Amino acid sequence: MGKRILAGTHFMNGDEACAEGAVAAGCSLFAGYPITPQSEIAERISVRLPQVGGVFIQMEDEISSLAAVLGGAWGGAKAMTATSGPGFSLMMENLGLGLMTETPCVLINIQRGGPSTGLPTLVGQGDMMQARWGSHGDYAVIALCPSSPQESFELTVDAFNLAEIYRLPVLVMSDEVVGHMYERVDIDPDKIKIVERKKPSLPPGEFLLYKPGPNLVPEGMPSFGDGYKVHVTGLTHDERGYPIIDAATQHQNVVRLRDKIYKNIDDIVRVEETATEDADVVIVTYGISARTSLGALNMARDKGLKVGMLRLITVWPFPEAIVKAMAQRVAGFVVPEINLGQIVLEVDRVVRGDTIVRSVPHAGGDIHDPRVILEAIEEVLAHAS
Amino acid sequence: MPAKSRALPTPDLLTDVRHPMEKYLRMDRLPHIWCSGCGLGTALSCFTYALDELGLTDADLGVVSGIGCTGRAAGYLNLDSYHTTHGRAIAFATGLALARPEKKVVVISGDGDLFAIGGNHFIHAARRNINMTVLCVNNFNYGMTGGQFGPTTPIGQKGTTAPYGNFENPFNLPYLAASSGAVYVARWTSLDARRVKEAMMEAIQRPGFSFVEIISPCPTNYGRRNRIGDGLDELRYYQENTVIRHGSDPKHADLGPGKEITVGCFVDEPRPTYLELYNELVVKKNQF
Repeated sequence: MGKRILAGTHFMNGDEACAEGAVAAGCSLFAGYPITPQSEIAERISVRLPQVGGVFIQMEDEISSLAAVLGGAWGGAKAMTATSGPGFSLMMENLGLGLMTETPCVLINIQRGGPSTGLPTLVGQGDMMQARWGSHGDYAVIALCPSSPQESFELTVDAFNLAEIYRLPVLVMSDEVVGHMYERVDIDPDKIKIVERKKPSLPPGEFLLYKPGPNLVPEGMPSFGDGYKVHVTGLTHDERGYPIIDAATQHQNVVRLRDKIYKNIDDIVRVEETATEDADVVIVTYGISARTSLGALNMARDKGLKVGMLRLITVWPFPEAIVKAMAQRVAGFVVPEINLGQIVLEVDRVVRGDTIVRSVPHAGGDIHDPRVILEAIEEVLAHAS
Repeated sequence: MPAKSRALPTPDLLTDVRHPMEKYLRMDRLPHIWCSGCGLGTALSCFTYALDELGLTDADLGVVSGIGCTGRAAGYLNLDSYHTTHGRAIAFATGLALARPEKKVVVISGDGDLFAIGGNHFIHAARRNINMTVLCVNNFNYGMTGGQFGPTTPIGQKGTTAPYGNFENPFNLPYLAASSGAVYVARWTSLDARRVKEAMMEAIQRPGFSFVEIISPCPTNYGRRNRIGDGLDELRYYQENTVIRHGSDPKHADLGPGKEITVGCFVDEPRPTYLELYNELVVKKNQF
């Protein structure tokens, strides 16, 4: 048997780091379909899973990939798939099933330029709103955005843990540049915390599949063959898991799916602040755009401008309270992202006019020129004074 | 007509008689949603009798369904049951089967679910020889959504979206299953309850991808629109037109008005399953 955790220092790209993070977190089933720029994840994990007693299966499309992941999760496996834009669109159907049936698993999207086939080999961050709203109906998601190969490893481990804690498919919204970027990745087994699946504490007969605990998350998940005779359905269901087609059950079911995330938002959300203490303007960004923004921040500081950065590690649920609090003390926010303005809409919604919000859009294909971000910062400062 | 004057069971019978296969049914979910005269009740009963004769319990197997009338079957069975998205039962079951190789996964779903929206998953799971049994209750139309034509509707037959008669060539399901690589392929009608049960038993016992088609009346939609009559009339049609041809080439088992209904076991030929090959050619060969 091979080792699940490859302790040591490595030189690997973000995609490979995602694969290693998954194996370290205990992933034992990967079902996926080849697509650029995520294929390195599938390639790496197809090498690694057989070494550690897991199974890699290449499915016929992305629809079946996520479906198999959900089936594997109910079979007791920690399971994952990975894709990019067109495949992400196909996965929206079973993302809904995973959210409705509260199935723990991980879905990685190495974002490329869209829409449609778009830019298969070049970067984009245009799937951020799709991650939040792409499947039909109301729900909440958790989406994490790594900015480096190191963080690709760490956030994939975190994604598996959050999936188990909050019982849902967790999205890792990486991008082509982070995915293909080679950097140093330190893997320290002592720093890796793994959350195992919580089994029911009550025996069959007394256990209710969807009875929530105090944190609104169902308490314990039996695997196929554990003797609980579960019924798992994408139909609106009661605490037994039985379909009940009426407004009262819909309210109870769907509101809890949202609330189990938003009422635990302080435990879920993670951000990183850089030089925000004295900042007049704060760059709000995520993923690879945080790396270019850091360049803009340094250029601004060199010019004596008080600029900071709020990097969203958790983009969904959106860190509302943090952004709102910061809006009270800064002259403006600048929001660079490799799309025509998606997360800026959330910043705007939360800020509600308390400060200036300036989008720095980019249709995709490469990363921002830091000078463009600097110009936006200077515009905001000029406007504010 | 004698067929129309059947006496209904008295209320006493309904309350006093327990279903002999109650242990396999979620009694708190009954009555089911299926129409009078539909073949789904027979198919579900046959499945429970098959489990009983094989001595199987929820420790041995679980059920996955897609969407549609047949899709509801999973919810009535007192087993681990998974009611998934439309067409994706086989894909979901693939993950379940890989995670729990010591158990059997049975997919019970309809012709539209398995062969229109889910057709791609069917052929690939058969090709891979994933360890699962697929039971398709074929009623030749989309019953739950109101009787639209589907991938098995014979040419000339009407549906709510084929008001002038279907002109698309339908799938011959045993032929499709056999050519995709299924290790066991059988077809029976819901009139042949004993044979349906036996075919289900055989299919469940075969390692790998096994397939049973159960031809079923849909008096509410398909039967009514095509003037076949009620459920009993359709069963009578089966009785008069069914021919058993075990081991025959399923290529010639296509269905349609005026054609005989060829039933029997067409394929029963083992080959290594997906996980057997995975363990042999990947895990053992590389000494992991």
